[in-house]
Amino acid sequence: MNQLQQLGSSGINFCGNLGLSGLFLFRTIFSRVKWRQAWPLFSSQLYKVGVLSLVIILLSGLFIGMVVALQGFNTLRKFAAEQELGQLIALSVVRELGPVVAALLFAGRAGSALTAELGLMRATQQLGGMEMMAVDPMWRVVAPRFWAGLIAMPILAILFNVVAIIGGHFVGVDWLGVDDGAFWSNMQDAVGFHEDILNGIIKSLVFGFVITWVSVYQGFYSEPNAAGISKATTRTVVFSSLLVLALDFVLTSLMMGGW
Amino acid sequence: MRNKMLEVIVGLFMIVGFLGLLFLAFKVSGLTLSRQSDNYQISADFDDIGSLKIRAPVEVSGVTVGRVSNIVLDSESFRARVIMDVNKKYNNIPVDSSASIFTQGILGSNYVALSPGYEPDSLKAGSKIETTHSALILENLIGQLLFSLKSDKDKDKEPEKTSTPAQ
Repeated sequence: MNQLQQLGSSGINFCGNLGLSGLFLFRTIFSRVKWRQAWPLFSSQLYKVGVLSLVIILLSGLFIGMVVALQGFNTLRKFAAEQELGQLIALSVVRELGPVVAALLFAGRAGSALTAELGLMRATQQLGGMEMMAVDPMWRVVAPRFWAGLIAMPILAILFNVVAIIGGHFVGVDWLGVDDGAFWSNMQDAVGFHEDILNGIIKSLVFGFVITWVSVYQGFYSEPNAAGISKATTRTVVFSSLLVLALDFVLTSLMMGGW
Repeated sequence: MRNKMLEVIVGLFMIVGFLGLLFLAFKVSGLTLSRQSDNYQISADFDDIGSLKIRAPVEVSGVTVGRVSNIVLDSESFRARVIMDVNKKYNNIPVDSSASIFTQGILGSNYVALSPGYEPDSLKAGSKIETTHSALILENLIGQLLFSLKSDKDKDKEPEKTSTPAQ
């Protein structure tokens, strides 16, 4: 009986959280933003979320491109198809690795920071203080972070793709001796702008949306104490990583189905 | 002052992102800014197109002159109609040219090869190539090979049979 009650209560909690996060998202998107005042807030958030994530994104992109080139070269050599290395690197990076790995890194680097910041604001009653001064924390605190994350994510994924392809070119052409012209022309033959690159950017846009939504929500409604903040941060990373991987499957199947 | 610096850095970040998109578009996917009107459409009916795909190249003597834009099944003759976009630069391909489907390498993809004819008139938008050669399907080839081997054997046997009573 007790266990049944627990199951029911967790079900009700789950639905409640889902509804609350949906309402929260609605209020974030449609909060009446005073752009003149919000612009500096937005740009400073874009700096924190985007520019400061740049180092980890670029470094991991470089190494991932290099390792894909190395692995691909050793496999393609068995079929005497080293010329196709550019195609292999570009397609795997632009379609899958770029958006997904950049999103996972973004969740770890920027999402957790957003949650911890908002959680501490909640714990030290800064959010309540803003409400007392008739300043809506929705547009003052939440909306700039949300929009900054949404815009930063595709840019970071694009830069990840670029750096990974350059890293792959470095290993494949300069080190392993694949022909430079064949590398680029096979890549251009195989990669389509709309079906590969734009779809990858759409993926990263969706991931950015989900990650910032989860992290801002978890921070805003975290328990106002130290343990609550740590729990919320953990949840942000776990939930957003899982959501990114699951949504990646859904989006890929939609896109492969000729959407 | 510090705020201005920060905004400059954010602006640079966004510009670098845009440049990255341009790199992906032009260097990686080979996007070209050619308009639709730079092409004219011709079509050809094949008995069998093998695994020809949309966007496969159309080549004359190995030079890409266009791309396959659509493949449909003609509902009356049950032949595959391949519609090709050919660049306007190559507007003097003779009317009696023939189209064949070949494969690039052993594992490569299929493409359409046009071999020019001798007529003075050239192909125009909407015109149709009459002479076509289907794709070579490996299974058919093996089947024909086996069949010809078998009939060769029969031929070898037959003269023996006819020659024995003569002796």
